[in-house]
Amino acid sequence: MSDVRREKEDFLTSHISHLTSHVYNIMNRKIAPPIKDAVEFDLKLKPYDKYVLRNGVELYAVNAGAEEVIQVEWVFFAGNSFEKKHMVASATNFLLKSGTSQKSAFAINELVDYYGASLARTCYNETASITLHSLTKHLPKLLPLIRELLTDAIFPEEEILLFQQNNRQRLEVNLKKNDFVANRLIDEYLYGFEHPYGTYSRFEDLAGLTREDLVDFYNQYYRNGKCILFVAGKLPPNIMELLDAAIGDLPIQGGAVEYPAHPILPAGEKKYRISNDPNGVQGAIRIARDFPNRHHPDFFGAQVLNALFGGFFGSRLMNNIREDKGYTYGIYSYLQNHLQRSAWMISTEAGKEVSEATIEEVYKEMALLREELVDEEELLLVRNYLMGSTLGDLDGPFHIIGRWKNIVLNGLSEDYFYQSIRTIKTIQPEELQQLAKKYLQPEDFYELVVV
Amino acid sequence: MIQFSRFVLPNGLRVLVHEDNSTPMAVVNVLYDVGARDEDPNRTGFAHLFEHLMFGGSINIPEYDDELQKAGGENNAYTTNDLTNYYCQLPSANIETAFWLESDRMLSLAFSKKSLDVQRKVVCEEFKEHYINRPYGDIWFKMREMAYEQHPYRWMTIGKELKHVEEASLDDVKKFFKKHYNPANAILVVAGNVVTEQVYELAIKWFGDIPAGEKYNRNLPQEIEQQEARRLDITADVPVDAFLKTWHMPSRLDPDYYVADLITDILGSGASSRLYQSLVKEKQLFTNIDCYHFGSTDAGLICVDGKLVKGVRLEDAELAVQAQLDLLIREGVSVIELEKVKNKTESTMAFEDMSVMNRAASLAYYELLGDANLMNTELEKYNSVTADQLVELSRKLFEEKNSHTLYYRSK
Repeated sequence: MSDVRREKEDFLTSHISHLTSHVYNIMNRKIAPPIKDAVEFDLKLKPYDKYVLRNGVELYAVNAGAEEVIQVEWVFFAGNSFEKKHMVASATNFLLKSGTSQKSAFAINELVDYYGASLARTCYNETASITLHSLTKHLPKLLPLIRELLTDAIFPEEEILLFQQNNRQRLEVNLKKNDFVANRLIDEYLYGFEHPYGTYSRFEDLAGLTREDLVDFYNQYYRNGKCILFVAGKLPPNIMELLDAAIGDLPIQGGAVEYPAHPILPAGEKKYRISNDPNGVQGAIRIARDFPNRHHPDFFGAQVLNALFGGFFGSRLMNNIREDKGYTYGIYSYLQNHLQRSAWMISTEAGKEVSEATIEEVYKEMALLREELVDEEELLLVRNYLMGSTLGDLDGPFHIIGRWKNIVLNGLSEDYFYQSIRTIKTIQPEELQQLAKKYLQPEDFYELVVV
Repeated sequence: MIQFSRFVLPNGLRVLVHEDNSTPMAVVNVLYDVGARDEDPNRTGFAHLFEHLMFGGSINIPEYDDELQKAGGENNAYTTNDLTNYYCQLPSANIETAFWLESDRMLSLAFSKKSLDVQRKVVCEEFKEHYINRPYGDIWFKMREMAYEQHPYRWMTIGKELKHVEEASLDDVKKFFKKHYNPANAILVVAGNVVTEQVYELAIKWFGDIPAGEKYNRNLPQEIEQQEARRLDITADVPVDAFLKTWHMPSRLDPDYYVADLITDILGSGASSRLYQSLVKEKQLFTNIDCYHFGSTDAGLICVDGKLVKGVRLEDAELAVQAQLDLLIREGVSVIELEKVKNKTESTMAFEDMSVMNRAASLAYYELLGDANLMNTELEKYNSVTADQLVELSRKLFEEKNSHTLYYRSK
């Protein structure tokens, strides 16, 4: 290896001296090199392979990448929308690997760690996942453990007590952070505390958890629940057989899921100023309004408008409030990634004394978007940025499967991806202005500062 | 195995190329051999502030970000105590844009007064967001000052105090640029969907005529071997007591570095690690506890860091940590345990290397350490660590006189 490299170096050294003689004087540093507009790129989402296990569980697989690694995600319809008591869904998800009748939590952790793997659990609103990351070669050794967790998790009392104690203290620490408090409150204003999107953990909910709650939830939504599998990485040729052998005979099912209906009860009052930390030097600012989900035709255009407004480093909010005024380290806007309903959110931490000025500037930027057409140059920049970041985001198997997961779980078709690309490439300034007039009206927004 | 080619321009700029045609993107990574350790003790936080100013316009190009975004690119940068690294990713068809932008700011900045005024404020807000407006935010300021008496690792990358950032002048900025930002002190790595020969031509075209500048010779004050344990006991408005203890550890290029790294994995990384299992799960003294280090280039610190269960005394928690260290020194590690941390290392490296951006940054860092090919020999070094070495180094590292203990009490 080192010899080969040395040869190359020699070749290149001679190459340089040859080149240096004629390239120096032909360029003007003030002129940008020609670029291929990213809108000319033809973006393709690498297709998945789909299999169905014996029990009807669907498996989406993307085989790609150079490294010998694999990611397997078991997505259960076991999010907090399904719980009847606060925090049961997230506690069940977290404690899935805290013991089986055969293995202690320590034995489980040691097995996973021995193979250099990781087993993450994540609880969302509709779904809750178990995600395994490992070197591909170790997968067969780890699948029996996953089977054990999906059939025989026992939720030991002492593990639940420890979970309660440690989370109570973590919550105490987090409640001192203004951004943490602000994130909870703004969701509550948007959806109401009893809605899965608006709820958050409280000390009393944590204390009220019982083993019975967790076992019941586990039996219904994991052991006999509904599941979709997403697999990506450098896959072994027999991936389908491996997974079918591991869980294909279990009473888990595939197929459509009905989500429980939860009424949305938004707050009546729109403006809030909360005092959380009397010695604090920054305010956590959240400004948000409701927004339809990804099935709404406005969603595509709103993503472009959002980028222009506050969706990336070159956005208007960032340019004005960070790069021109220096009020903050960063300010962003985004559309929440919920299945049933979204919200449009502006989020920043700004100096305490400039928090109100920051909010004023946010509204000024909304007004500009409503009142003036974006010029072609700025729009092209946004288009190119969005295309380039989509292209970059399709880099590697885990990103590709992430796109597919989003499409599948949202009940969208493959065309959703291509429709967003078309929108990025072709949306006109007039349409963006119409969207701004429709959605970026200050009176529709909740406004919160936590200091 | 990461394949790469390397060459050096006549002005001293080191160029490394790593081809990967499986991605449509290219990464251009420029590392400057300057970090917070190179700062004047009365002007700390400057390397990081300067990183912000690198986006405030260069001599021929008023807006770095706009031009990159037009080409469909994204970028970012970070400063550590050891180095400053800038990276951008863009569709490979537009790679020349990155050469244009990066070479122009290496040639000269615009040194705009407005940019300095704004970025001073931005960095002050960053300082507040991460270190003031946050429980335990100052814990590392205190620990670094206790652990280092001579070496500039005494201060945080963000700076010792807000005042240093607030007082930075345009003249300081110019001097800093001249001293550190030149081809002799930089490493360029280009990776992704690129052809090596084309990268060489572009490197010569855009970077070839930048004056070499002076090579910065680092001559930092070093710590004298510590003779006595140091302790600090403070009280603040936080909800629970925190415990932080550190010990001096070997530098990045010391063969014992790999041994120390595995020690931290045995003690405190992952749900099956010793400290977590015994002190969080069994004894229930801590709600969380970790053992880690920062991988710093000069001799760094190995750290044990945890928050206590309410009602537990810090003194008892410390004794329990010490008992675990004693156990490691007395009884060593099992074959399985050593295999476990080596497997973990192999897996971590494979996952890190998935991204072209990480590969580019790693190549630049190993080149900075002296040989980019270190990237390909690291795993072997970890795999050759023996159980005896672990015990021997633990005995040396965890000597009380080599330690710094911080009690952070809740009011």
